[in-house]
Amino acid sequence: MTRQTEGNPDAQEVVLAARNVAKSYGSVHALKGVNFDIHRGQVTTLFGENGAGKSTLMKILSGVIQPTTGQIILDGQPVHFANANDARDRGISIIHQELSLAPNLSVRDNIFMGRELRGPMGVDFAEEERQVRRLMEELEEEIDPLTPVEELRLGQQQIVEIARALSVDSRILIMDEPTSALSASEVEVLFKVIRDLTARGVSIVYISHHLEEALTITDHAVVLRDGTMTAYAPRADIDLEWIVRNMVGENYDLGSPPDSARGQVALSIRNLSVPDQTGQDLVRNLSLDVKAGEIVCIYGLMGAGRTELLETCAGRLRASGGEIVLEGQEISHLPIGERIARGLALVPEDRQRDGLVQTMSVGQNLSLASIRNFTRGLFTSSRTERRLIDDSIRSVTVKTSGGGAPIGSLSGGNQQKVVIGKMLATNPKVIMLDEPSRGIDIGAKAEVFRLLAEGARRGLAVIYSTSEVSECLSIAHRIIVMHKGRISAEFDSTVSKEKIMAASGESVAA
Amino acid sequence: MSATTTAPKQDGFSIGRLLLEGRAFFALIAIIAVFSFLSPNYFTVSNFLIMSSQVAIYGILSVGMLLVILNGGIDLSVGSILALCGVCAGAMMQGVTLEWAGVILYPPVWAVVVLTIAIGAAVGALNGVLVAFFKVPPFVATLGVMYVARGVALLMTNGLTYNNLRGQEALGNTGFNWLGFNRLWGIPISVIVLAVVAVLAGLMLSRSAFGRWLYASGGNERAAELSGVPVRLVKITVYTISGALSAVAGLVLASQLTSAGPTAGTTYELTAIAAVVIGGAALTGGRGGVRGTMLGAFVIGFLSAGLVIIGVSSYWQTVFTGAVIVLAVLMNSIQYGRGGRKS
Repeated sequence: MTRQTEGNPDAQEVVLAARNVAKSYGSVHALKGVNFDIHRGQVTTLFGENGAGKSTLMKILSGVIQPTTGQIILDGQPVHFANANDARDRGISIIHQELSLAPNLSVRDNIFMGRELRGPMGVDFAEEERQVRRLMEELEEEIDPLTPVEELRLGQQQIVEIARALSVDSRILIMDEPTSALSASEVEVLFKVIRDLTARGVSIVYISHHLEEALTITDHAVVLRDGTMTAYAPRADIDLEWIVRNMVGENYDLGSPPDSARGQVALSIRNLSVPDQTGQDLVRNLSLDVKAGEIVCIYGLMGAGRTELLETCAGRLRASGGEIVLEGQEISHLPIGERIARGLALVPEDRQRDGLVQTMSVGQNLSLASIRNFTRGLFTSSRTERRLIDDSIRSVTVKTSGGGAPIGSLSGGNQQKVVIGKMLATNPKVIMLDEPSRGIDIGAKAEVFRLLAEGARRGLAVIYSTSEVSECLSIAHRIIVMHKGRISAEFDSTVSKEKIMAASGESVAA
Repeated sequence: MSATTTAPKQDGFSIGRLLLEGRAFFALIAIIAVFSFLSPNYFTVSNFLIMSSQVAIYGILSVGMLLVILNGGIDLSVGSILALCGVCAGAMMQGVTLEWAGVILYPPVWAVVVLTIAIGAAVGALNGVLVAFFKVPPFVATLGVMYVARGVALLMTNGLTYNNLRGQEALGNTGFNWLGFNRLWGIPISVIVLAVVAVLAGLMLSRSAFGRWLYASGGNERAAELSGVPVRLVKITVYTISGALSAVAGLVLASQLTSAGPTAGTTYELTAIAAVVIGGAALTGGRGGVRGTMLGAFVIGFLSAGLVIIGVSSYWQTVFTGAVIVLAVLMNSIQYGRGGRKS
């Protein structure tokens, strides 16, 4: 990159820079030597797939974790952040995807949480309120300082987070997927605030999966892939295609669609709608048929409604309308256990929270969903159970010392295989997997996909969701792209990555 | 790590596991040894039988409590249900007046027992419904039921105690005191009841599908639910069993005293919780077993009885019991804190 004349974003002073920053967790290299600059009063966007190292880099820049090697340079001086508070004291704040506000407290109390202004009579609420009013005026937002945060819309809550960062004189603001939960008009407001902030000399680091949206606001783009920085360029030099090419690269092979025989329609979702607590539809009038032996991939951004769709089919969430038909039988009134017994199994997205019972052994986790299969009368048969566990361990190739080992002793990939093995042990006809590759390494990923391909050859209908394009173009016969609760596009396995990403993006679909 | 102590057994014994699980057992041995040394009256068959029949009441309660705690809940109402059921049994022994028919019914003892257990189960089921369907936190739901049950027991008797539970030959309802006084093969009936309850609960936990459901939904309710475990049914069932066992304990106590008072069983819920905790169960659910809980109940019972025998003030007994509980929880957190729990 060449540094040029006035007016070029690169000519602005560098406030924060990363030099050869690397981070390892044991043998896992989350970041492998990243260099980039953050310029005063500019927006720098980080692009990258899940697991590319974006969050790790953000955590390092905001002092949450320390790099294994490499340097952070603030205002030309090498610095070492002891923790997040240390970084904040030097003007670096981070706004996480999940907001860290106390919903029951007022805007004022949230902004001054943990550093209340002391007056002669305890907390000086009047002074706090005055300062919050001034902040809100600066941000041109009409938010009353005394409103409880839970009464604000999500977009306004984000503004409160920004106000809190500004109230400690942050010069560098890191925003992790700030628009993922916002409506289009709220995104407009947020972008206006970001422009105001940059005009005042605040630097913004921005992470987003909405590529086009990010392109409208950013001044620089940094692309990460597998812990390495693959590209760095100012806005003028880049376009959507450039980002996608650098994000995805030509990486590993996760297999190809198996030549399995398609049978009857195994699962038929008809006009399904799923509301959230406020009554807004997360899944809107969606219809989808999956045949026996077919592998369908559902691609979509966060909040597209993939998880809700799968959890409704499994029976965790209630639909507000529509039908779920398994092999010709309507099942949407049945409890989860009955759906599993009839052959519909879900491997949930969050295996720690929804997939595993941490207090039980590997074997007990594997047999949990099929207890009925080894119960004779009142009692379970430990011989049948042992056989079932041993078969499962072998068929999904779990690396463990045996069925009695504690589940916590396994690696993430093997834990995921246990969750998959648990559901496969119920002899399902349709298996749904929500982000089956989340948090597991590439080797384990390939093995999971091989398992699914094998299942399809035996006539199993497979549905898996993913937010990584490279996983769409592996074993899936059909790729469904979801956007805001609807199917926005449907492709066969010959489609290009660029087309899939475009179909999931906000502005393209609109 | 050997923190699988409590999950239903699968493999053989290992020394480390035995030592960790055995801490309540070693504590019991130590208690017996110390008091036998201090008092010649302690280490006698008759004393052990007397102490055991006292432990039976707490022991039966703590089996129910164990099931609830394995589910990740707590049941504060067991002491009150015990009193309510005792009073109900007492009322039935005195005769049930049916005004509209103009008769007084004297149900036979077996009917009194069945009805009393049904009442206990119904109150327990109320706890379960509050927790499972109305999402009331178990602590609050059972706290409320604790007060209501105690209040109803007081209302039923106007605060008085039913003293004559022996029944009358002419009315055909004698034999209520059999439960509290008689012996089979020289063993008090109450101890046999405890043994039967414990064995049944142990079989249920280790061998039945329900037991597995209970461990799974206590360890991670969301994962259990997604694996097809009927988590609400499990919840209601454990509170119902706890209520029914409270009724059994109430019957045993009323029979031992041949009287039923509305203030019986006050703070017994705390003793039951203590027994479960000393027995190595985790209050967060999913870990624990009948064997440990029984040892916990005997540790508490034998400790306080020993202190009485050597003449220590009952105030000191309270201090010792408290210290044992804190020590037990400390050991639990060392045991479970070493791994296994989510990071």
